[in-house]
Amino acid sequence: METYGLHRYPGRLFIVEGVDGSGKSTQIALLRQWLISEGYAVFFSEWNSSALVKKTTSRGKKKQLLTPTTFSLIHATDFADRTEHDIIPPLKAGAIVLADRYIYTAFARDVARKVDRQWVRELYQLAVKPTVAFYYRVPLEVSLSRILTGRTELKYYESGMDLGLSNDPQESFKMFQERIVNEYEAMVDEFGLTVMDATLPIPEQQRRMRKIIRPYLQGVRRIRSSAQESAWAGLAREMRPSHPDIHVRGK
Amino acid sequence: MTRLAFYGIDAIHLEERDELLPGRLIVIEGTDGVGRSTQLRLLRPWLESSGYAVVDTEMTRSKLVGAGLKQAKEGHTLGPITLNLFYATDFVDRFESQILPALRAGFIVLTDRYIYSLMARALVRGADPHWIRSIYGLALKPDAIFYLHIGVEDLIPRVLQRGGFDHWESGMDMRLGADLFESFVNYQTSLLAQFDAMIEEYGFEVIDASQPVASIAEQLKERVLPLLPQG
Repeated sequence: METYGLHRYPGRLFIVEGVDGSGKSTQIALLRQWLISEGYAVFFSEWNSSALVKKTTSRGKKKQLLTPTTFSLIHATDFADRTEHDIIPPLKAGAIVLADRYIYTAFARDVARKVDRQWVRELYQLAVKPTVAFYYRVPLEVSLSRILTGRTELKYYESGMDLGLSNDPQESFKMFQERIVNEYEAMVDEFGLTVMDATLPIPEQQRRMRKIIRPYLQGVRRIRSSAQESAWAGLAREMRPSHPDIHVRGK
Repeated sequence: MTRLAFYGIDAIHLEERDELLPGRLIVIEGTDGVGRSTQLRLLRPWLESSGYAVVDTEMTRSKLVGAGLKQAKEGHTLGPITLNLFYATDFVDRFESQILPALRAGFIVLTDRYIYSLMARALVRGADPHWIRSIYGLALKPDAIFYLHIGVEDLIPRVLQRGGFDHWESGMDMRLGADLFESFVNYQTSLLAQFDAMIEEYGFEVIDASQPVASIAEQLKERVLPLLPQG
């Protein structure tokens, strides 16, 4: 078993982090489209999405069986399953893997839940260190208003109600998010997160993200030529008098 | 009183809360088929008839993960790291929701396996030793750990008598041999080596499991007696 920072794979791993409402999911979705159109093999992995573990997690949440420690462990189990199936094999095969939220989400949330900071870092030693980890920084008022407008109900664990910070879910959510933001900010230096200004217009954020990523794409094999190149190639083919792709059937 | 002592980081913050644990934590360890549950079945009524309140707990019986883990083991996509963490979640759930409350209430907690089996299994499956120890570092050091020690050659007839070789007890997820028997021998040999390597570090009290059931039970009772309140 290889641990954090020691994996050596030909692929690249780009991840986005940030609080709910920071716009990170939009950014990674745009990046994904672009990388695909550039002809790369792209795999995408989302936080808390392992088919093997999901049932247990939702049961635990629904029945409120989770303590901060088991909350942390069940998410780590989910992450391990995705690492073993969705992250390491494509990276070994030389693909680009994108992840919406990564271990830093666990560090921020679990420590906000008072799980021991060092213990949870040890727990996630199984993780592959990302090529670039983007942190979408947004003022708390902005993310809160993005999330809370139009939302009538906040879930128990989502709003940190298990911490007993406040009996009001909205108030609890705000206090919980504030702790999470503090944890993220402390991790910028600890893990060398690349800070992105999430208040900029979406296209500008995307332009910056691509610019940062471009140098890391050197040497990554494409599975087909970029969309632009194949468009030109297709056009050139059509212009040719005898079309080589057309075969006479029933010969 | 079970002391607030840990192998690593007290991630559950028991020290911070100044917990008092008037119970006793007694662990029976040993490999698959060595006779742990037989011994626990004898130990429990003996303790109860002496007036002690007893709680027992065993692996994969947690309310949180029990069912999910069983289901995951039936499929064919469960990787070794995920398996280890599933077990860890199961352990911590039982630790927090069964073992700790019982110790707080002054019960004698008899546990069929503890972190040692879990670490041995993980190590055999290639887990990083530092990683797996850190995770289980939150566990309380038990009042006693009785390790039922056996060699593979003595283990085989027992397992045959019990009805043959089980998929997981043979480490078939790693296919360590051409068939169930070969894999069993190889898997259990590595597992026993991991257990044996822990004897000194964790202070196992070794009991020779090749002896008759009744004589093992006698030795266990003899060693448990001084651990009990007003024993």
